[in-house]
Amino acid sequence: MTTTSTTAENTQRISMLKVLNPFHVWALGVGIVLVGEFMGWNFSVAKGGAYGALIACWVIGLLYSCVAMIDSEVTSTVAAAGGQYTQAKHIIGPLMAFNVGLYLVMAYTMLEAADALIVGDLMSAVAAATGYEGLSPQPFVVLTIAFLAWLNYRGVFMTLTLNFVITLFAFLAIIALFVGTDPLNPGSVLKHSDLLTDLPYGWIGVVAALQFGMWYYLGIEGTCQAAEEVRSAGRAIPLGTIGGILTLLVAATLTWYISTGLMPWQYLGQATTPLYDAASIIGNPSLQVVLFIGTMFAAIASANGCINDAARAWFSMGRDRYMPTWFGAIHPHYRTPFRSIIFLIPIAVSFAFTGLLDQVITFSILSGLLGYTFMSINMIKFRKMWPLDVIKRGYIHPFHPIPALVLLALCSVVYFATFLGYGASLLSIMAFYIVASVWFVMRRYQFVKRGDQFTMPWPRPKGY
Amino acid sequence: MILWELLSYAAWIVSGLLLLWIVVDAINVSREFDEELLISSREGADELLEQIKQEEGVR
Repeated sequence: MTTTSTTAENTQRISMLKVLNPFHVWALGVGIVLVGEFMGWNFSVAKGGAYGALIACWVIGLLYSCVAMIDSEVTSTVAAAGGQYTQAKHIIGPLMAFNVGLYLVMAYTMLEAADALIVGDLMSAVAAATGYEGLSPQPFVVLTIAFLAWLNYRGVFMTLTLNFVITLFAFLAIIALFVGTDPLNPGSVLKHSDLLTDLPYGWIGVVAALQFGMWYYLGIEGTCQAAEEVRSAGRAIPLGTIGGILTLLVAATLTWYISTGLMPWQYLGQATTPLYDAASIIGNPSLQVVLFIGTMFAAIASANGCINDAARAWFSMGRDRYMPTWFGAIHPHYRTPFRSIIFLIPIAVSFAFTGLLDQVITFSILSGLLGYTFMSINMIKFRKMWPLDVIKRGYIHPFHPIPALVLLALCSVVYFATFLGYGASLLSIMAFYIVASVWFVMRRYQFVKRGDQFTMPWPRPKGY
Repeated sequence: MILWELLSYAAWIVSGLLLLWIVVDAINVSREFDEELLISSREGADELLEQIKQEEGVR
């Protein structure tokens, strides 16, 4: 068999293919996120008004900049699929790793379901616009998930190359819309002086807006899942991740600027597709088509990246026996975690068929938030246990420990913001992860081979 | 409009075929290859770090 590698002991092993470059990493991170610019972020306007949404955009931008810097440093040394799960396994311990792995799988699978729902709803909207009311979105939801799962099954290079093309198109659609608003002549198309108001609900509204500010950036941390398949994790992950967060900061600010200059906050706060609405207001049919395709591509790119990441997180847990080892299999031809990809298909379809976009997204955001909280603690422990002179990093983030402390503080504020709007969901998700942790400790941990899971060629941690 | 109904049926059929292809391929692979081989992957090491180590070794 030509597709397997051989170790020194002449034992055949299959490994994932190292074929990705920084552009694929960028496409994975930005691809998962960019749909949030096309819809969702604008719910922050309903809570905090236009200025409140801008504060949320930049404060949460700071949160995710910390996430991107911390992730880049740790992943440049942990070149393994599983991302933050693998980091937790090496740096904190098994229970944390199990929880982080579960956060990742739940966050990405739920986001994938929401993205597929968006594609289905867009198809229904097109049908309604052409005179066919009541088209069921379900066949298009299933087709989206089935096609992208098939693509992921067949290989990571093609999957993320496609993501690069459609993500770039979606990003350029935002740029085209910005150009279409004649930004050099403020007041001609964009009416900020008429539309911007004071904070409608005061500063508590701004705090409540923070939760929806996460839509601008949720998922950029997914770049870490590519660590085992990039040619050089030490170079590609930091380049792709930092490039990704810079792209998103630009896209988020442009999105806010365009939308708040064309729509009053009362309308914008409840719009379903604000950027498409902005193109409609400008009245340029070509821009409308570009924005419609951009919205569709952004949702597909997001679902595509989510399948990639959820499958790798689940696969890594299987490989370490945190889940049944059956899930830790790699396809001998395509070199993908094929069983994990298959296993997660019915789960994503089930979430999508509930039709509860709000709840599904909230569960995804909260799972992500729990993961970011872990990352701040993880970073402080990582630098303490393995200082800079002990392990070579592909990237060293500046001003440590300020980014980790800022991340922890901002996560705490967003928990409070989430509690204001979705207190019951927050408590339910906490209960879910506590029950899962009890199951892991009581039932599953006995199967974990503790000695085998520490794979990085690191020296003993300081103090041990 | 009949076009949208046809598209819906086409979406179901294509989805079914894609999922069937995936499942059949996964079953074939699981039969054809030894389970030990399929689950034999290990977490990778980064070439950059190896390169840095080699360079330091040379110095």
